[in-house]
Amino acid sequence: MSGIVADKISMVFTLPSGEQVHALNDVNLNVKDGEIISVLGPSGCGKTTLLNIIAGFLKPTSGKIVRENIEVTGPGPDRGMVFQQGALFEWMTVEKNIAFGPKMAGRPAADTKRKVDELLQIVGLQDFGKKPVYQLSGGMQQRVALARCLANDPEVILMDEPLGALDALTREKMQGLVLKLWKETRKTIILITHSVEEALFLGERLIVMAPRPGRILREYELPFADRGLVESPRQIKASPEFVETREEVLSLIWGMEEEIMGSDKEPEPA
Amino acid sequence: MSKHPAPPSGLSVWLGLKDNVFTQQKTVRFGDASAVNSGRFYSILTVVILLAAWGIASGLGLLQSFYWPSIDATLARLIKLFTEGFRNVAFWDHIGISVFRVLAGVLLGAVIGVPLGLAMGLSSVARGFFDPIVEFMRPIPPLALIPLIILWFGIDETAKIFLLFLASLFIMTIAARSGVNSVKITKVHAAYSLGASRVQILFHVILPNALPEIFTGLRTAMGVCWGTVVAAELVAADKGVGSMIMIAKNFLQTDTVVIGIFVIGLIGYTIELGMRYLERLLIPWQGKG
Repeated sequence: MSGIVADKISMVFTLPSGEQVHALNDVNLNVKDGEIISVLGPSGCGKTTLLNIIAGFLKPTSGKIVRENIEVTGPGPDRGMVFQQGALFEWMTVEKNIAFGPKMAGRPAADTKRKVDELLQIVGLQDFGKKPVYQLSGGMQQRVALARCLANDPEVILMDEPLGALDALTREKMQGLVLKLWKETRKTIILITHSVEEALFLGERLIVMAPRPGRILREYELPFADRGLVESPRQIKASPEFVETREEVLSLIWGMEEEIMGSDKEPEPA
Repeated sequence: MSKHPAPPSGLSVWLGLKDNVFTQQKTVRFGDASAVNSGRFYSILTVVILLAAWGIASGLGLLQSFYWPSIDATLARLIKLFTEGFRNVAFWDHIGISVFRVLAGVLLGAVIGVPLGLAMGLSSVARGFFDPIVEFMRPIPPLALIPLIILWFGIDETAKIFLLFLASLFIMTIAARSGVNSVKITKVHAAYSLGASRVQILFHVILPNALPEIFTGLRTAMGVCWGTVVAAELVAADKGVGSMIMIAKNFLQTDTVVIGIFVIGLIGYTIELGMRYLERLLIPWQGKG
């Protein structure tokens, strides 16, 4: 067993016009087995590109992704993916969405059924198994997406802003669920997010990325994910350490955003 | 997601003389399409007025049967058509053969067109090979092919079904191709990450995702083929609704011609309604990705 290693990943997109965009430059990342890390950065810092490379959807210009001493060359069931939204199969019921992976692998139907029922319990959708997914709210749909990913029992779970489209309250609840799932399954999880609070709350380690070219700017070791297993989320998020780290990371990100977008301040009169 | 108004209650709401409760709560109605009710009362009124005008004109002897038959002559002809048929062929058989030709043509077109369209959406080679043919054939009205098809097949059943097959083939191909193009890449990525093979992705992700567009294609093909079959029968056939009115014209039987036109309209409408019903039944997830 091992986690996943990104070894000197660089990615240069060549657009059809011939223009080149340096999305990632020399990114090294070593995610340990069972670790949950969050990746944060301003838009355009290449965090989704990095995740897509780890998932095997993109081939890096140079460098490689290695898992269990084997180089990743394409997508595979060992690396499960949870997308922001719209990745569920709307022509299937909740149950069938969750059973998709095991069914494609040809597992026995009875085993799959048991697994699906168990996962429906865990994500709190036991009464919704027979519903078509499009009748569910956004939060419930993301629970289905999590369950569908877990049903396949991947070694690594890659999350691309899985809670990004949810309202604030649902989002906090879902953060608790992600934490619970991590605790119970001890999967290796890489979480991409826009929310500083979410990144701090869920990550044992936080990777802050910077744009142009996309690169890792800073890393933080964080105690909050572990504490989240015993303390209440509100307590943690209100604690002085949390607030202090949050402000520090926020100003780091804000600094980068201002560099990109320009300052919000009124221009000096000429 | 659009909010559907509460189910209509009462006759006046059903007739569209009154707005339902939900619409009544709106202050802005002009410009809100969902606030426009069915106006069913006026629809019924239109039909009644037209029929009454026809009846009165018939009663007053204003109609010359060469141009437009009287209502009683038309009804008498209708009964005669049902009991005696037209030119030794039962009335239902004339209708049945036309419907059969459409269904056969559309289904054959779908059987070849859907896989072809899927292939064109999925493979550069397939797209390259078939694109010139599909893009060239697409703007040609099927009726323009009738002379060629008569030269090839004569005027038997094969000729008609082949014509309708061609008419639906390109519609179905294009529908299936655009169905593939509309698949969200995240769904495909998700399926690969869940371990699905290419074949599994084709059948479990791409095909169901393309179904709404394939079905819209089917509906279009049905409509086009219904129009085409009638026209083809006008040109060359001894059975079918189209041929019935063409032959009736030769005998100056205006009443049969008019009945034929009504039947063509009614069946076209029924096909459209039936397809919409099937669409809701078979593809409830349409537009909800």
